[in-house]
This record gives sequence, structure tokens and C-alpha cells, in this order.
Amino acid sequence: MAVIAGLALPAAQRHTFRRMDMQNASAIVVDRLVKRYKGVAAVDGITFRLAAGSVTGLLGGNGAGKTTTIAMIMGLVTPTSGAVTVLGVEMPRHRYRVLHRMNFESPYVDMPMRLTVRQNLSVFAQLYAVPDIDERIDRLAADLDLTEFLDRPTGKLSAGQKTRVSLAKALLNKPEVLLLDEPTASLDPDTADWVRSRLERYRAEQGTTMLLASHNMGEVERLCERVIIMKKGRIEDDGTPAHLLSRYGRATLEEVFLDVARGRRQSEAAQ
Amino acid sequence: MIASDAGMEFSFNRVAAMVRRYWYLLRSSWPRILDLIYWPTVQMLMWGFLQIYISQNVGFFARAGGVFIGSVLLWDILFRGQLGFSISFLEEMYARNLGNIMMSPLRPTEFLLALMIMSIVRLSIGMIPVSLLAIAFFGFNLWALGLALAAFFANLILTSWSVGIFVAGLLLRNGLGAESMAWTIMFLFLPLTCVYYPVAVLPDWLQYFAWALPPTYVFEGMRALVIDHVFRADLMAEAFAFNILLFAAASLAFLKLLQSARVQGSLLQTSE
Repeated sequence: MAVIAGLALPAAQRHTFRRMDMQNASAIVVDRLVKRYKGVAAVDGITFRLAAGSVTGLLGGNGAGKTTTIAMIMGLVTPTSGAVTVLGVEMPRHRYRVLHRMNFESPYVDMPMRLTVRQNLSVFAQLYAVPDIDERIDRLAADLDLTEFLDRPTGKLSAGQKTRVSLAKALLNKPEVLLLDEPTASLDPDTADWVRSRLERYRAEQGTTMLLASHNMGEVERLCERVIIMKKGRIEDDGTPAHLLSRYGRATLEEVFLDVARGRRQSEAAQ
Repeated sequence: MIASDAGMEFSFNRVAAMVRRYWYLLRSSWPRILDLIYWPTVQMLMWGFLQIYISQNVGFFARAGGVFIGSVLLWDILFRGQLGFSISFLEEMYARNLGNIMMSPLRPTEFLLALMIMSIVRLSIGMIPVSLLAIAFFGFNLWALGLALAAFFANLILTSWSVGIFVAGLLLRNGLGAESMAWTIMFLFLPLTCVYYPVAVLPDWLQYFAWALPPTYVFEGMRALVIDHVFRADLMAEAFAFNILLFAAASLAFLKLLQSARVQGSLLQTSE
């Protein structure tokens, strides 16, 4: 397997980190963020800061507010109140100042099925003003084992292959902030593990800030240095995986998650 | 990070990317191309033969050769122009690609411009062969209208874009629940813009509504040209003025609907 795309650009990486330093090393700042739909709070006053280059997991059951939070960070949804800042830019008001420095991947969004993988990637590369588009696509295709599928219609690929195409799209512009909404949902364990390993390598090489919403505790434990647990639109807990395990007296994050989901307090859970 | 200022300004490069995306789709699917041609052909043939029949029996229509076919072809510019715009937009919703598009640096104005270009591409694929068939079957040469055709086309395509922009806003705000609007909204214009008959046929009170719609001026202008052999530049100028107002209103409505979609979270949920 070839080295993941972008490794050959340490100067760009250093440039990214310099800019991060200037912004107090917070890539994403979420401040008292609220989103209500017809009076019902989907997100209810959450606050957190994500350090530049960090990988953070956003955990929570269905309806916890993870996707809405990510959508507000991307500028797709306007908050009812509160503020989101990405790379020092206020969202969604000034989103066009920063969207080309971000990207995202989600199984709930598809690429056009009739277009070939190469056509899809080249369209998005042009949208993100990627230089040397053909070279970039070839490198990403090599990194993500997509070379043999490049000229195949995207709709003819398996779920795992489509996920890799989505991941390639998300990495096209070498984003400084990468938002991942359940990136391995519906993938078999082997393919999911493969995707995680690519994300790990990409982060190690590029220093990208990643926010990862997931139901998969193993994935979060493996990839994330910090975990934010949401429930009913609020942050129930926030810490490193080790701290959370210790606080709840549990061996796995899955057990911690179940404690939070079922409303067991830390003291009860620890007994 | 690759492009430092890529998202800051209007970019024709991003418009070209979107046009390329729709072109790839169109050329990969022969039913889509066939659909652009077959219905205008059927319409033109039906109205052409009807006109031949009537012209053989009624003195007025014998003098007014080409009115029906002219009406059909101009109506198709209006209708197909809007459909070309709206269907390209709908393709993003069918493909569940709207999230990718809205999350990219593509600005709404760039997106709309790409859709306008695609409406002309789709319209050309449909209308050029049909206009040639009209010459072959009925001796009606749309291209012989020359400068007048350019004025008719410019006004009709502007109206079709305005309606397309408004429908795109509705689709963003309401998801595919508003899909039927894309297919049917232009038929509201069919009776009111007097495609096949003069405005004078309408009741007096309805004529005020008719004259508020830009295509009415175009169809009246076409009849003046074909029947009386007079090019009414005044009608084209009035149509253009109303088109500017309509385009501005549609663009404003689109921006408001997009804003509302962001507030309602509709951009995440684009199904029914």
C-alpha cells in the first residue's frame, strides 16, 4: 500500500500548524450552542473547544444531537442561539471563508451514482480548487485502494468501496478540519477496520483536526484522544477515554456509554 | 490545506465543475437525452398537423401560417428551459448529493449559474432537432425569425430561470415533497400567458394578470410577427422589464428559502 496522500507536503502541514498557533490552537469552538426545532431542543446549550490536530469522538444514542451539532459546525444548520467558530471563522455567517479548508464524510450523503469515481472526484476537486487534480486523484486512489475502480460508475461499487470513495472526496482538499459522521456505519468489520487505519495514518501525517460522531465504541476508543458524550442534546460527559473508563469504573467505552444512556450516575456505575 | 483563498470569491471554475457534473450525467444516460427530444417533437407534430387541418378550412389561419407551430416552439423554450433548470437541481436530491454540494465552497450564485447553463444545454439538445423537423414537416423556419427569435428566446429563458430559481428554493426548504412543483408550476403560465390565443380573448379583469407576466408579451410579439409581419420591439422591452423584476423577486425568494432551510435543518433531510 502506498503512503497516504499528502505526506510529501510537510511545508503545508507546518503552515497549517502555524496558523493554528495564531488561533490559540483551537480549531473548533462551540459556545453555548442551542438548536430548537418547533420548541424541541435538538442541541441544548453545549460548549466545547477542539484543539488543533486533535481527534475527538462525539458519542450518543439516536437523537442525542450529534448530527445536528456537526451540521451546525459545517454551517448547514443555523443555530437558534450560541456560536460556532471553525479555524477562527464564525459559522454559518462567514462559512465561505473556511469551507475550502474543511471537508466531511457521512454515509447519509451519497455521490452521484451514474458518474464514474474519477468523474465524481474530479468535479469535487474542481469545486475545492485542488491543483493538479489528476495527480491528486491518482494518489488518493492508490492510498485508498481505488485505482481499479476509478473508471467504474460509483453506483456499481460495494458499500465498502463507496465509503472509500466518500473518504477520498473528504480528503481531496487536504482539509485542516475533517468532520466524520459515522464513517464506518454499515461496513463489515474488516472494511471498517481498514477505514479506521487510513484515518489514523492520515491524521498522523497531516495533523488534521477530526470530529467523529459514532455509535461504534471500539472505533472511538481506537481513534479518539477525547470523547464527548451527548444525551438529549446536552453534554453528559467529556474526557479522555482513560479518564471516562476510570470515572465510571468500566473496562470499555461501551459500558460507559450504556451507563450514560441508562442514566446511571458515575458513583453508581463505579460500584 | 490546498487552496488558501478558493472559497472567498465568485468562481467560474466552480461553475464549470458543476456544469461538468451535469454533463457527465446527461451523456451517461440515453433515456435522459431521449426525454429532451421526444416530447417537444410530439407536441410540434400534433400542433403542426392540427394547423394544416384548420388552415385548409378557415381563411384567417390560412393567412397566419406558422402561428401554432411558433407558439408550440416558444412555449417549449419556456417550459423546457424551466424543466432543464429544475431537473438538474432535482438530480442532486435524487442522488443524495445536496449535502456534499452545500458543504463545498460552491456559492449559491455559482450553483444557480451552473443550473442556468445546463438549462440552455438541455434546451438546445431538445429544441434544435425539433426546430429542424418543423422546417422539414411544415416549412416553418423558426431560425428565419432572426433577431426577433433572439429577443423571444432571451425573454422566455429569463422567465424560465426565474421560475426555476423559485422552485429550487422550494425544494431546498421543503425537500422532495415539493417535487411536483418542478413539473407543474409552469402550466400556471399556459392559460394566462396566452400561448395559443391573443390576450384580447381573456376577460378584461384577467388581462391585467396576463400583462404582468413577461411571456405574454413574447407570444403577442410572435403573433404580430407571423400574422402582421411586424416586430414589436416595445413588447420585448416591456417583457424584459417585467423579467428583471421577476428574476429579482425569484432570487430574493430563493435566498430567503435557503435561509429558512438552514434554520429548519432541511438541508440535512431532503426527502419528503
